[in-house]
Amino acid sequence: MGLRNKDLLGLKQLTAEEIMEILDTAKMMKMVLTSGNKKTSHLQGKSVVTLFYENSTRTRLSFELASKYMGSASANITTSGSSVNKGESLLDTARTIDMMATDIIIMRHSQSGAPHYLAPRVKASIVNAGDGMNEHPTQALLDMFTLYEKYGHIDGLKVAICGDLYHSRVVRSNVIGLTKLGATVSVAGPRTMVPVGLDKMGCTVCRSVSEAVKDADAVMGLRVQLERQQKSLFPSVAEYARFYSINEDVLKLAKPDAYLLHPGPCNHGVELPTSVYDCPQSVINEQVTNGVAVRMAVLYLLMARRNQNEKN
Amino acid sequence: MKRIEIKNAKHYCSGEKITVYIENGVFTDKLTGDADEIIDAEGLTLFPGLIDMHCHLREPGFEYREDIKSGTASAAKGGFTSVCCMPNTNPVCDNAAVVEGILRKADQVASCHVYPIGAASKKLEGKEISEMGLMKEAGIVAVSDDGKPIATANLLKKVLEYASDFDLPVLNHCEELSIAEGAMNEGAISTALGLRGIPAIAEEIMISRDIQTAEYLDMPIHICHVSTKKGIEIIRQAKKRGVKVTCETCPHYFSLTEEACQTYDTNFKMNPPLRTEEDRLAVIEGIKDGTIDCIVTDHAPHHIDEKDIEFSLANNGIIGFETAFAVGYTYLVKTGEVSLIDMIKTMTENPSRILNLGRGSLGKDMSADVMLADLSQEFVYTKEEIRSKAANSPYIGTKLTGRVKLTIAGGKITYDELR
Repeated sequence: MGLRNKDLLGLKQLTAEEIMEILDTAKMMKMVLTSGNKKTSHLQGKSVVTLFYENSTRTRLSFELASKYMGSASANITTSGSSVNKGESLLDTARTIDMMATDIIIMRHSQSGAPHYLAPRVKASIVNAGDGMNEHPTQALLDMFTLYEKYGHIDGLKVAICGDLYHSRVVRSNVIGLTKLGATVSVAGPRTMVPVGLDKMGCTVCRSVSEAVKDADAVMGLRVQLERQQKSLFPSVAEYARFYSINEDVLKLAKPDAYLLHPGPCNHGVELPTSVYDCPQSVINEQVTNGVAVRMAVLYLLMARRNQNEKN
Repeated sequence: MKRIEIKNAKHYCSGEKITVYIENGVFTDKLTGDADEIIDAEGLTLFPGLIDMHCHLREPGFEYREDIKSGTASAAKGGFTSVCCMPNTNPVCDNAAVVEGILRKADQVASCHVYPIGAASKKLEGKEISEMGLMKEAGIVAVSDDGKPIATANLLKKVLEYASDFDLPVLNHCEELSIAEGAMNEGAISTALGLRGIPAIAEEIMISRDIQTAEYLDMPIHICHVSTKKGIEIIRQAKKRGVKVTCETCPHYFSLTEEACQTYDTNFKMNPPLRTEEDRLAVIEGIKDGTIDCIVTDHAPHHIDEKDIEFSLANNGIIGFETAFAVGYTYLVKTGEVSLIDMIKTMTENPSRILNLGRGSLGKDMSADVMLADLSQEFVYTKEEIRSKAANSPYIGTKLTGRVKLTIAGGKITYDELR
């Protein structure tokens, strides 16, 4: 058991068994996290660096806290305030971090494939914390963990994901991960935001948000990435909110006890109204806690693999 | 100049064993004295030297990627004896002085004949037509805004009209830029990789525009590096109704597909991008039925710092001189899809006809441009053997069949691995 690869680049690279092992490990980590003493020694004597080329609150902080709870030396680099601002290349930056005896580099980058490019070029394990429009594996893992905790299984669940599908790395990772574990996924969004061939990834592309949400066990809103809009893919926020948001009426189409998820940060009143964000079905705040547990699990399993390889 | 005798060579057409005599840079029936050099071509096949009507030599301005010396040395290694270099240099090749500069340099250092292609618009800006007449006097053989499409239908019309006054062929890179902001072919794979896509229609829309315009004016147009099934079909239909359209493709479009981008390896990133398997097969079909006139390399050297980076940020383009013949032989001839004679036509006679070069034949008194190849030799293309300054080839590590062994351009041996 354990992870097969040095790096966690995406859910494309993980088997169903590996995903389940991460989710089961996260269960234990959540117990640690919610106990009085959060400190463990799993990463004692190890080092973890977060390298973020894009803004982040949840992902970066949860990785940083996860590594600190587990006793590692942790540091972080962002583009502002580092030599990246002086024009240093991604490769040189990563090699520099690598040469400081770093065990795990957690990276976020605006370019799809940036972690895949670096992985074979450094000794450290690379964890993809979001690469362009490609994948955000730990987000999907925490989403799946949230559902796993609630339902006790992923297999057979119907999950609806709605919003900006074109730019979303969250939808890609979730479709790959959820379908690997036997869930069915329906997606919907403005047609201008549905990338060609998305259905070939294993989900059903629906004509409307209502159609996608119908009878779902879980409904996930995606953030409208206003900063990634290069050109107008929808005419106005008001029109988006009117036709594509997950409001009370839409949510009623899901199963009565369906859960509502959102990766955050949320544009209130765009993807969903504040009343839905705060409704009893919403697990958006729990997702944040689960994010730390899942990231502890990922760091634990990657480090276990490194330790094993050192022994061999 | 040396008197050369090539004996025991197998003629690529007739299959007969022949002896070829070269003196004063041309083919001759017999030498006026003893041969200075006798080449025993036992086991090798003799071809006219190859002509590449679409490449980038990067000089002037981008010598850190390639220059005329290294680029033509690389061309010679691939069996090319004539290459036509695109005008996206710095300064842009949009005036007679730059054309003369390229030709003067080629005269001093080149390992093959170099034919510059002039910019169709000043500075490649897509606004005003360039000084085509003066550039023609200086030695250009065609005009193109390659790298970019000829910007508007209005400019294209003017370029076609004005170029016709000087019998200059117009070559166009067909890409409707407003829907082509991507790093690879648009489809399920680009979606799964999270990369922005360049849809096939970006190419097809402009092919249609160009054909409509050429048909309206009854003037010739040449479509560069065709890569899509529908694009080829549009050209096929246009040819049938008599439109003066010709086109080219590149070895990568009939040997590779978008699948190769799965690992974000930038040596598979070029423009047009690698397409689907269906498109690849359509390219082969187009070569087979003559819709596609030429195979060109689009040799596009880039520095490692422009390639060894994130996929979307990397430059488009791959080097291609040294592998073009072998890739063609391996993927077209060996597979039984295209005859050797037909493939060679697309790399000699056809480009020569389109550009009026008067080359590409083994006839008496023709420029002695020759390639000798071992069609039975299998080899793995290695980084170490590359003669270009750049190493951005998708074929490194690929097993190919049909190796160029010797090249003679204008009676001069420009590449020789027989000794």
